[in-house]
Amino acid sequence: MIMPLINGLKITLKHMFSKPVTLQYPTERPDVAPGFRGLHALNVSHDRAKCVACYLCPTVCPAKCITVEAGEDANHDKYAAVYEIDMLRCIFCGYCVEACPVDAIRMTQTFELASYKRADFTYNKERLLEKK
Amino acid sequence: MDTLILGLPVAYYIAMVAKVLVAFVFVLLTVAYATYAERKIIGHMQVRLGPMRTGWHGLLQPIADGVKLFFKEEIVPSQASKFAFLLAPLVALVPAFISFAVIPFGDTVTIAGYKVPLQIAAYYDQAGAEVFDMNVGVLYILAMASLGVYGIVLAGWSSNSKYSLLGGLRSAAQMVSYELAAGLSIIAVFMLSESLSLHRIVAAQADGAWYAFKQPLAFVIFFICSLAEINRTPFDLPEAETELVSGFCTEYSSMKYAMFFMAEYANMVTVCAVTVTLFLGGWHGPSILPGWCWFVAKVYFLIFCCMWIRATYPRYRYDQLMRLGWKVFLPLSLLNIVATALWVMFISK
Repeated sequence: MIMPLINGLKITLKHMFSKPVTLQYPTERPDVAPGFRGLHALNVSHDRAKCVACYLCPTVCPAKCITVEAGEDANHDKYAAVYEIDMLRCIFCGYCVEACPVDAIRMTQTFELASYKRADFTYNKERLLEKK
Repeated sequence: MDTLILGLPVAYYIAMVAKVLVAFVFVLLTVAYATYAERKIIGHMQVRLGPMRTGWHGLLQPIADGVKLFFKEEIVPSQASKFAFLLAPLVALVPAFISFAVIPFGDTVTIAGYKVPLQIAAYYDQAGAEVFDMNVGVLYILAMASLGVYGIVLAGWSSNSKYSLLGGLRSAAQMVSYELAAGLSIIAVFMLSESLSLHRIVAAQADGAWYAFKQPLAFVIFFICSLAEINRTPFDLPEAETELVSGFCTEYSSMKYAMFFMAEYANMVTVCAVTVTLFLGGWHGPSILPGWCWFVAKVYFLIFCCMWIRATYPRYRYDQLMRLGWKVFLPLSLLNIVATALWVMFISK
């Protein structure tokens, strides 16, 4: 009857001298896992976005947060004239990345997406391209 | 300096007042920093850090908490009994602190040629070269410990809330059951010391003859029952957060809540000090350090044990608590009294 109680005390005392797992967040940063699904980024190739506006990502998106509008450039190639992701709706499932046939979209390790304004959560093409 | 009041110099009286002030401030600071120590120790036992942001390693946390509670809105429920509601925190807090009046926290010190005992309610008789303190010191402490429960019951009743009332009732039942076992367990100590004066009890434990070694059962029972009496985990049923939403202090806010909190920690400090005095030789220790250092060190060690116990054990269920008090500790302490009485009568004489 007494031994389990003493064993319990031993365990807590042992833990007291082990290294705490707490991360002092704003000063200490977590090592984000390699496959982490954070903020999206549009990949760039030859100084322009790889996206060919095939509409596979908005089609596959379960949250319906991607808006793509196709345009035609000087070479008569199809490109994404508008590419917007509504981060308030996005569930970070990564289906858009999986669906993309030209490897035009990826997910970065950025996870601090808070903002004061609702409008800030709509990421347009320029903001998505910024993160190289 | 040559003016004498009742045959004693002014410096003597200043020393007496200073003694009271130093002791009181020291207890208050210990109470404040016990909250910090508790958060730190339990944090580390749970492989966390505890407070880290307020000052270096969170050292200013108790001050920040105090300032925050001071400026909180003062809320008195409209259906509460106002007078009792305001009185309850005081009734809980004051007995916790005044118990310290009789606890000897050191040997005598010489000030202006006069010896002053390091115990608030005591004086040194120059003629008989003897320290006199309250001759029923232990009874006084038990009385003050019982008074504390009124604050909690009053708080529970006057809040006019079901949870508070249940918390208050639980606390009353718990304190009454454990007081009995705690009170009975120290009777064995009186039998050995043949005195109720705390100074005499400490004096009888000089040179390592601690009552914790002579009366290990009484020591364990007294410490555990004291934990139950002051509502520390694993006996913190009156404020069981999960079922009673903090019990008796549900309706309290601002400084009134802080006073209950202080009372809780002051009770812990007092109980540890009483345990040190009765069982761990008080201020006696190797003479490399002055007596009060040993006293403080022992008290702090027991406070650490309280926190250690809190970090380890889950809360008792109400029926388990009652069973433990009435069916285990009470018979054990009675048995201990009988055994000690037989020992004193037939073997030690």
